[in-house]
Amino acid sequence: MPDIHTKLDAKIPEGPLSEKWSLYKATCRLVSFNNKKKLDIIVVGTGLAGSSAAASFAEAGYNVKAFCFQDSARRAHSVAAQGGVNSAKNYQNDGDNIYRMFYDTLKGGDFRAREANVYRLAECSTNLIDQAVAQGVPFAREYGGYLSNRSFGGVQVRRTFYARGQTGQQLLLGSYSALMRQVDLGKIKLFTRHEMLELVMVDGKARGVIVRNLDTGQIERHGAHAVVLATGGFGKIFYLSTLAMGCNGSAIWRAHKKGAYMASPSWTQIHPTSLPQSGEHQSKLTLMSESLRNDGRIWVPKKKSDERRPNDIPESERDYYLERRYPAFGNLAPRDISSRAAKERIDAGHGVGAMKNAVYLDFKHAIEEYGEETIKARYGNLFRMYEKITGVNAYKEPMKISPAAHFSMGGLWVDYELGTTIPGLYALGECNFGDHGANRLGANSLLQACVDGYFIIPYTIGNYLADEIEAGEVNVNSPEFEKAEKRVVDMLDKLIAIKGSKPTDYFHKKLGRIIWDYCGVTRTEEGLTKAIEMIKELRKEFWVDLKVLGTAGEVNSELEKAGRVADYLELGELMCKDALTRNESCGAHFREEFQTEDGEALRDDEHYRFISCWEHKGEGVEAVLHKEALEFKEAKVIARNYKK
Amino acid sequence: MKLKLKVWRQLNAEAKGQIVDYELEGVEADMSFLEMLDYLNEKLILTNEIPIEFDHDCREGICGTCGLFINGRAHGPLEGTTTCQLHMRSFNDGDTIFIEPFKGGAFNVTRDLRVDRSAFDRIITAGGYISTPVGDAPEANAIPITYDMAESAFDSAACIGCGACVATCKNGSAALFTAAKVAHLAKLPQGKVESKQRAVKMVSQMDAEDFGHCTNTGACEIECPQEISIANIARMNWEFNKAKLLG
Ligand SMILES: Cc1cc2nc3c(=O)[nH]c(=O)nc-3n(C[C@H](O)[C@H](O)[C@H](O)COP(=O)(O)OP(=O)(O)OC[C@H]3O[C@@H](n4cnc5c(N)ncnc54)[C@H](O)[C@@H]3O)c2cc1C
Ligand code: SF4
Ligand code: FES
Repeated sequence: MPDIHTKLDAKIPEGPLSEKWSLYKATCRLVSFNNKKKLDIIVVGTGLAGSSAAASFAEAGYNVKAFCFQDSARRAHSVAAQGGVNSAKNYQNDGDNIYRMFYDTLKGGDFRAREANVYRLAECSTNLIDQAVAQGVPFAREYGGYLSNRSFGGVQVRRTFYARGQTGQQLLLGSYSALMRQVDLGKIKLFTRHEMLELVMVDGKARGVIVRNLDTGQIERHGAHAVVLATGGFGKIFYLSTLAMGCNGSAIWRAHKKGAYMASPSWTQIHPTSLPQSGEHQSKLTLMSESLRNDGRIWVPKKKSDERRPNDIPESERDYYLERRYPAFGNLAPRDISSRAAKERIDAGHGVGAMKNAVYLDFKHAIEEYGEETIKARYGNLFRMYEKITGVNAYKEPMKISPAAHFSMGGLWVDYELGTTIPGLYALGECNFGDHGANRLGANSLLQACVDGYFIIPYTIGNYLADEIEAGEVNVNSPEFEKAEKRVVDMLDKLIAIKGSKPTDYFHKKLGRIIWDYCGVTRTEEGLTKAIEMIKELRKEFWVDLKVLGTAGEVNSELEKAGRVADYLELGELMCKDALTRNESCGAHFREEFQTEDGEALRDDEHYRFISCWEHKGEGVEAVLHKEALEFKEAKVIARNYKK
Repeated sequence: MKLKLKVWRQLNAEAKGQIVDYELEGVEADMSFLEMLDYLNEKLILTNEIPIEFDHDCREGICGTCGLFINGRAHGPLEGTTTCQLHMRSFNDGDTIFIEPFKGGAFNVTRDLRVDRSAFDRIITAGGYISTPVGDAPEANAIPITYDMAESAFDSAACIGCGACVATCKNGSAALFTAAKVAHLAKLPQGKVESKQRAVKMVSQMDAEDFGHCTNTGACEIECPQEISIANIARMNWEFNKAKLLG
C-alpha cells in the first residue's frame, strides 16, 4: 500500500477555536445581491441538507435547480429519522454549552474528526432550533409552553429536541416547505424523479450534471456555476440496512471517479436496536428507536442454543451482558459498543430467534416498576409497530433486536468550506465524511445535515462564486456535456445488453452479505483481504450475468437498481481496502487484531490520527491513499471508557 | 402460502390498463406486502416477463411513497397502516388478492401501480408554509406554545402525503391532505399570521387541480394510515370562510 502524504488543504481559518467561524464569515468574499441572479447552482438531493441549502440559495438570490429521485422532495430519507436533533441550548440548565457539546461529539467519534468543524457544528446547533420552530416544526413542549429535551446515548446532559418519534419527518417538512416556497417564487426549479448519473467537468471545474428522468427514461443535461451534492448515506450497500430502498452511493461515486477524494469509506455505524432479519426475502431492516434502551434491559440466555421461550428462562440463567461489561453506562452504552457486544454474544452461540441472530430487549422489569400504562405512554407507538411487523406482543414477551447497518460516517472528503477536491463541487450532509469521526452520537446527523445546508454553505459557496460572476451561462452543448451524456447512455445500454440470468437483487444481496461479514461490526486483515477478492469475482459475474429487462427509454426501476449496484460493487471494494489500511480500532471500525485484553477498541493515535482520503486513479488501477493529519489543539485526547 | 394475485398492469399514462392474473407459491407470513411483490417480480424476471412497477421507498411507514388498493381498500385491510407495514400474516393460504394503484382526483397512473401525485406538491407550493426567511430566526423559546397546542399541531402535521384519502374518496377530494397542512400551521402562533391567505391559496390550488369536492363522507379518515382526523377539514373550512367573510 503506497504511503503518500499530500498536503490536503482543509482551509481551517486562523484564530482560536471559538472565533474561527465568525472570523471566516467576517472575511469571506460576498456576492452582491444583484450579481447572484447571474449565477446558477445545482443541488442534488432534497433531504435536510439539500432542501435547506436550495432554499437558502434561492432566498439569497441565486438561481437554483434541485433534483431528487423520489416523486416528491418531502420523501427524502431524512423523513425516517426518529429520535431527535441535538442543540446546545442549555434550556434544562444542566450545564450544557457549546464547548461541552463539541467535546462530547469529538470523543464520541473517537477523535477521528476535525476540531474546527466539530466546534462549528456545536456552535450553529442553537440557531437550528430557532429556525425549525419559526418554520412550524412542532417540537415536544413542557406544560409551561417551553421546549422540552431528552437525553441520548453517550452524553450526560439533556440536549436532544424531538417531535415524538418523527423528528426527521417534521424537520424535513419544515425545510421542504421553505423549498416549495421558493419554487412558488420561481427561484427554484425542482426536478423530482430525476437521478443524477454523471458529473460534468469543464476546465477542471464542476459545471453540471447528467440526469435520467425516471418517469420517461430521457437523459437530460443541466449546467451551473457550482454543483452541490446532498445525496445522503450509502449504507444500503449492505442490502439489509435501516435505510430506504432507493438510498445509493452513485452520485458521490461518480464524482469520486471524476477526481473528488473519498474519505474513510469504511466507517459505518451499525445501530444496535434494529429488528432482526427474519427470512431470506427480507428487503430492509426496521429501526426501533434507541430510546427503548432507557427502560429496556438487554440479555441473552447463558446457555448456548437455548431453545426455551424467553419467559421460561429464569433470571439466574440470563446474561445481562451490557450491564455486566459496562456497569457505568449499562444498557445505554454507545452504539458501536452495544452493537459489538451483541455480535460477540451472537457469534458465541447465544443468539436467539429463528435465525439465532438476535438478543432480547426486555421490558418486564420496567413494567413491574412503573406499570404497563407508563411504559405504554412512553413507547406505545413503538410497541404497536413491533407487533405489526413481528406479530409479537412485547408487553408480554421480550422484543428481539439485532445490530444493523445504519449510517455512513465516511463519504466525499470536504474542507472547512464543504468543498470537495473538485473546484465548484460541494458535498453536504451524510454524503460528506462529516463531523462525526469514526462514530456518530445519536441525534447529531439531522443536525449536521441542517447546519450544512442552512448556515454554512450559503456563506462558503460565495467565496467560490465571487470569481464566477463573469463566467456567463454554462453551455450544455459543449463537447464536455456531450461526452458525459454519451458515457451515461453507453453505461445504461451496456447494463441492458448483458442479458444474463440473474436479477440485480441477487448481486446486491451477495455483495451486502460480503460487506456485512467482513467489513461490518468487526473486521480482520484476513477477512478484508478475502472480501476484496470476493467482490472482484462478484463484479466480474455481474458484468456477464446480470439480467435487466425492458429498455432505458422508459420507466424501468430494475435498470435504476442495476446502475446503483454497479457503483456499489466498486465502492464496496474501496470500503474494504480502507478498513485494511487502518491498523487500529476506533469507533465503528473494530479490527479484531487491535483490542485490549478485555475486548475493547485499541486506538493508535501515534500512527492513525488522520483521515484517510482516497484518490481514484482510473479503471482497474489501485486507488491512492492520502492522509489529512488531525491536530487537536484544544481538546484533550483520551481513550473512551464507558465502564466507570 | 399460495396466493392468486390479480394485479393492475398499465404500460404508461395513456395506455389502457387491465388486471393480470398471477399465481404465487412460497409466500411467507413474515414478508411485508411489498416484499411479496419483490418476490413475484423476481419470478417474473426469471421467466422474462417485465416486472411490476410500484411506488415505495422507506418501507417504514413514514415516507408516504407506497400505496396500493388491496382488495378494494387503500393500504389494505388493517387500520392506521401503510402498505409497506402490512404483512402477509394478514392473509390466508389460497387467498385471491386484488392489487390496484391509487387512482382518483388529480392522480394518474404512470405505469402499473405507480401514480403521479405531484398535485399534492403544487398544493403545498401554493402556500403550505410559513413565510419565514431562512438563516436567521428569533429565539425559539421566545414564543411559548402550550403542550396541548403543540400536540394538536403535531397530530395534523403527521400527514405523510400518501394519497390514500384521495384514492378512497368517491369524489376524489384532497380535502383531508390540504386541511391537515392548513390546520397544522394555523394552530401555531408562527403560522397564524397568514393563516387566512394560506387557506385561500391552498384551497384554490386544490380546486384548480382535478380534485373533487368534499361531501363529508368520512371515508378518508377511515383509510388514513396516520389517522388524521376530519376535524381538520372543519378547521380548514373555518379558516377559508373567515378569510372570505372578513377579507
Ligand atoms: C431509520 C433512521 C433513523 C434515523 N434517526 C436519526 C435521528 O433520530 N437523529 C439523527 O440525527 N439522525 C438520524 N438518522 C440519520 C439521518 O436521518 C440522516 O443521516 C440524514 O437525514 C441524512 O440527510 P441528508 O440530507 O444528508 O440525506 P437524505 O435525507 O438521505 O437525502 C438524500 C437526497 O438525495 C437524493 N439523491 C440521492 N442520490 C441521488 C441521485 N443520484 N440523483 C438524484 N437525487 C439523489 C434523494 O432523492 C434525497 O432527496 C436516522 C437514519 C435512519 C436511516
Ligand atoms: S391525510 Fe392521511 S391518507 Fe391523506 S395523504 Fe395524509 S396521511 Fe395519507
Ligand atoms: S414505503 Fe415509505 S411509507 Fe411505505
